[in-house]
Amino acid sequence: MMQRRLQLLLLIGLLCGLAFALDISTGPSSLPLRDVWAGLFDPSALSDAQVTIIRQVRLPYALMAILVGAALSLAGAEMQTILNNPLASPFTLGVSSAASFGAALAIVMGLSLPFVSADWMVPVNAFLCAFASVLLLEALARSRAAGVEGVVLFGIALVFTFNALVALIQFIASQEALSQLVFWSMGSLGRATWTNLIVLALVIAAVTPFSLRAGHAMTALRLGEDRARSFGIDVQRLRFFSLLRISALAATSVAFVGTIGFIGLVGPHIARLLLGEDHRFLLPAAMLTGALIMSLASVASKLLVPGTLLPVGIVTSMIGVPVFLALILRRPERA
Amino acid sequence: MMAGFDDALGVIGLSAGYGGRTIVHPLDLAPVTPGQVVSLIGPNAAGKTTLLRALAGLHPAQGSVRLGNRDLLRLPLADHARFVTYMPQSLPQRVALTVLETVVSALRASPVDGAIGSDQAILVRAMEVIERVGIGALAMTGLDHLSGGQRQLASLAQALARRPRILLLDEPISALDLHYQLRVMKLVRELAAERGMIALMVLHDLSIAARWSDRILVFAEGRLVADGPPAQAITPDILASVYRVAADISGPPDRLHIDLRDILDD
Repeated sequence: MMQRRLQLLLLIGLLCGLAFALDISTGPSSLPLRDVWAGLFDPSALSDAQVTIIRQVRLPYALMAILVGAALSLAGAEMQTILNNPLASPFTLGVSSAASFGAALAIVMGLSLPFVSADWMVPVNAFLCAFASVLLLEALARSRAAGVEGVVLFGIALVFTFNALVALIQFIASQEALSQLVFWSMGSLGRATWTNLIVLALVIAAVTPFSLRAGHAMTALRLGEDRARSFGIDVQRLRFFSLLRISALAATSVAFVGTIGFIGLVGPHIARLLLGEDHRFLLPAAMLTGALIMSLASVASKLLVPGTLLPVGIVTSMIGVPVFLALILRRPERA
Repeated sequence: MMAGFDDALGVIGLSAGYGGRTIVHPLDLAPVTPGQVVSLIGPNAAGKTTLLRALAGLHPAQGSVRLGNRDLLRLPLADHARFVTYMPQSLPQRVALTVLETVVSALRASPVDGAIGSDQAILVRAMEVIERVGIGALAMTGLDHLSGGQRQLASLAQALARRPRILLLDEPISALDLHYQLRVMKLVRELAAERGMIALMVLHDLSIAARWSDRILVFAEGRLVADGPPAQAITPDILASVYRVAADISGPPDRLHIDLRDILDD
């Protein structure tokens, strides 16, 4: 059983590698695969322009797809467990919208915070708003009156509220700020830079060990809150730190690529179908499936309309909706 | 090893409620000695589950719950969980875990008695319990593929694997057919005798409670109205005042026959 799971993890990892290779090999400037590899490992064989395309555009975009997919999917997997809801994800429960709102505020109002440089105001404000929305969800999840349905409804209400607020900001924004905002709402890998990549990689590297360490506790939480607490798990603490990780992952991702839907929902579900809910396997598997889907979406975003790079957020939603529907219609088999 | 009288369960002035409303009025219990099986009976909404959850440290409560000279309610959650395990009425639906994984996760959640560390030792202990509960063949089966009775046994295996000194069971046999009902009751009795474990369970079936318990607590409107061996605690008068039913009770003390004749109107 354990071996089969490790093999599956390895297989999804390999597929990720393939998707990544495909991703850096596709693009509007038709470079054959051979040239792409040359651009990475032996740049002397290519023109400067070609090397720049490969090293400053294709490689960071493709890496960003992998990192954002992994981050959003891990955030979704944790969220589904700690809120005990299969529909939870940063996108469906308003965390991404909150981050967009935070970013919009920073872009349009030119907000500033002490100790935060102007360059980082947008991602930092996106993070703060995402974390605030997550805390709201957490408070609601804890109150007995709201119940699981209440949390989901409230999350959906958050999506609408923040979208309305973003629309309001768009309405009053200047031309220049507006174009930045539109980029946000679509979600695109087009702003991937090496600095962004390093920051996101550091966030993932900082968060993942704690996620994995909480794996046992999260597995036990799947058996119900009372049972988990009776097994000695401080569920409130588990939730709080998990929400902290979720907002770091979701907010950083959204801060760098804008709103990307459905990866955080669909990635964990595919991982769960393949490997079950032992979180020692589920969490890494969710990261890999998220990375895989995002990488494939990135490829699709270049191929769907030849010569045009579609914002990847549009593509993930198009892939996400049918998968989402299939998951909703799937009924558990009973003995 | 049989635990001594030092490890008796004592309840002193325990009360619990929601908001301003008291559900369990201050309760004192004569010590429950190790190995005893105690059933908590009473009508719906009497506060039985709240009492059980308060004893489990899951519901805020005043007063003290003592195991020997430890005050359980003052212990941090992980320490509390070394001594007490609570089994809720049901397992959640749509959980993609096998029976074995759930028992392993119960063992890994926090330190348990009888030092086990390695993955192998945990697996062995989990499998032992699963076999003991009688669902060895289902160890690798997903929870969602089990029948109601099998799920209840899986749930029991999770609780038993932790080898608690005090096992609290909320309606452990409510979803079970006759075969599984007896199986669970027998197993709880055996383990109580073997390990000196105290078992305290909420039951609705009075005949089963009388047959398998050393002591019965009758609870109504948040108060203890009777406490003693089955033949003393289950009497026509008590059934009339607590459940508002007319009943004849016959048979020897360990095989009470309860014949419900009619309901009593106000």
